[in-house]
Amino acid sequence: MQEQELALRIRGLKKQYRLGVINRGTLQAELQSWWAQKRGRDDPNRRIGAETGADGQSFWALDGIDLDIRRGERVGIIGANGAGKSTLLKLICRITAPTEGEIDIWGRVSSMLEVGTGFHREMTGRENIYMNGAILGMSRAEIDACLENIIDFSELREFIDTPVKRYSSGMFVKLAFSVAAHLRSEIMIMDEVLAVGDMAFQQKCLSRMRQAADEEGRTVLYVSHNMTTIRQLCDRCIVLSHGRVIFDGDAERAIAAYLNQSIGDNDVDMDLTVKSHIRKTACSSVSMTRLRLADKVTAVYEPGEDLRLLLTLEISEPLPPLYFRLTLRTETDLGLATAWSQPLTMERSGENTVRLTLPIDSLAKGCFYASIGVYRCDELGRMLPLDHISHAFKFEASGLPVWNVNAHGYMHLPQIRAACET
Amino acid sequence: MQHTHISARQSLFDLKLREFWQYRDLVWLFTRRSFKVSYMQTILGPLWLFINPLLTSITYVVLFGSIAKLSTDGVPQLLFYLSGHALWAFFAGCVTSNASTFTDNASLFGKVYFPRLVMPVSSVLSRLIQFGIQMLMVLALLIWYAGKGMVAPLWQRWFLLPLLLLQLGILGMGVGIIISSLTTKYRDLRILVDFGVSLWMYATPVVYPLSTVSDALRRLLRWNPVTPVMELYRRLLLGVGQVDGVSLSCSILVSLAVAFAGVLIFNRIERTFMDTV
Repeated sequence: MQEQELALRIRGLKKQYRLGVINRGTLQAELQSWWAQKRGRDDPNRRIGAETGADGQSFWALDGIDLDIRRGERVGIIGANGAGKSTLLKLICRITAPTEGEIDIWGRVSSMLEVGTGFHREMTGRENIYMNGAILGMSRAEIDACLENIIDFSELREFIDTPVKRYSSGMFVKLAFSVAAHLRSEIMIMDEVLAVGDMAFQQKCLSRMRQAADEEGRTVLYVSHNMTTIRQLCDRCIVLSHGRVIFDGDAERAIAAYLNQSIGDNDVDMDLTVKSHIRKTACSSVSMTRLRLADKVTAVYEPGEDLRLLLTLEISEPLPPLYFRLTLRTETDLGLATAWSQPLTMERSGENTVRLTLPIDSLAKGCFYASIGVYRCDELGRMLPLDHISHAFKFEASGLPVWNVNAHGYMHLPQIRAACET
Repeated sequence: MQHTHISARQSLFDLKLREFWQYRDLVWLFTRRSFKVSYMQTILGPLWLFINPLLTSITYVVLFGSIAKLSTDGVPQLLFYLSGHALWAFFAGCVTSNASTFTDNASLFGKVYFPRLVMPVSSVLSRLIQFGIQMLMVLALLIWYAGKGMVAPLWQRWFLLPLLLLQLGILGMGVGIIISSLTTKYRDLRILVDFGVSLWMYATPVVYPLSTVSDALRRLLRWNPVTPVMELYRRLLLGVGQVDGVSLSCSILVSLAVAFAGVLIFNRIERTFMDTV
């Protein structure tokens, strides 16, 4: 590939983090260890039996990444939590240095790793725009040139001379995005910041990023867990897993690859303790530990067969009646439908197993992902999650023989009652 | 187009000064910001820049002048303390404000890149401006007393003042950033800084002139790189103070060495400090 076309080139990039206590705590111990190391002796502070050096208590957040990104590409980066997405962005943004490998960047990088970075609460919106521009290494004149565009895009003209501490969080996002998107940089890096804004602004941001890439030839790197925005924005997508690139290519296929690797195909007995849980409170009184597809060898369901699950829960204290939730998504991660159970009172604390049955006749032929959750109902009738796992398992429905998902959709509704009007 | 190369290994002496120059606007913006922000939502606003040193100096007049009866080499007490305090506050400010560069700005440094050296330089600059403002007050007093013939400033040598401030500035910054580089790992140093700086003040002829201390103590105080600078400053401003070439040259060399070492260490730490903070 020609160097002139490239915006970013990464070769053999690795980043190691040390786990646990970072240093020995005291300067004396550190000096002692350093002195011993210098003279080739044993480290007096090393635990007996521990391996020499940092091995055994370190891990590679990035484990050999090679990547070429051409100018004007819109690249999405997806992967499970801890796959190395944020670390990769941090290295490209020069927030921390790599342990091994090299990165070459052609052009200036504007990043938005968090909403309103470098914004000072006491300063006005306008002053913060200048501040952000200067942080990017732009001169006053360059910022003056795009100031009007920024203010217009942010829809905050009347508040632009108000200190940003009086802004609502939505206004904050709008200003921050406008600054990052309009400052004259060649590479734009966004880390899931759009999640905070309202839908209309989100769409505006996405189209602005597309425009930046298509018309101005800027390169966009976008990290998100939201597959819908990835699909809307990116023409190329990279899937990271355990610090490596496991897929690089078309966005749709990347999303399928990502979802596939996070759930083993046709798994019928799953250990839920290793999955990432979403909970309202940190220490929940109930936690899902195991999920089995009852009486199945593979997760393929014939027409007329119900989805039957055996869910094992660990309950630590008496609970109000529980509601179970299943949310189905398509293979390309479009939300499809949600089903709730009737309330169920669990008498016994400790390990409990619940049988859940859901008729899935109405699903079209294809693969589906299911999220599973345990909820309780508050006084106002709202459902509060006690434990929730998204993309907990995958199954395949054999579906109806004549059905085209592109024309008919992913599920069919109950029969229409037709009658002649007289 | 700008090309950036990031590599795991980087030369210790690659100080990226060209890049720093590119970011000069940011230095100035940070300096302005620190002023704007510190006097926002206060009644007296920038007046505090005058009130603060004045109150401190009056305290010194009462404490060291009237009660302890320390000599001021015949200089009117208020002028002696006010001028001494202004210079010391500049130096101490450079040390303390830089001593927490990394920990105070961790959230900013963790999200966006710019040459980290911008921060220390801009905080020295804002201390310098504060010093300039206090000097207005000192100057007013100086002209008043000089008119009455109570002090004899060496006006024709005042061109040395900027050099002297430059030296103190880089020394203060050097000490400050060395501490801040170490505090990324050893937080306890932070606590020691305030204590250390006030101890340092008493080891420097700020509230007393060097001429009043015993010979043995004077020899000891000469090891302090701030001592000759303070004495030279007094000489220029008030016409008193003992300056000798040897200790002044030593002090300049020490300042340069400390600042250079500080920048090297800082440069080393900034690459990966986000992993430890």
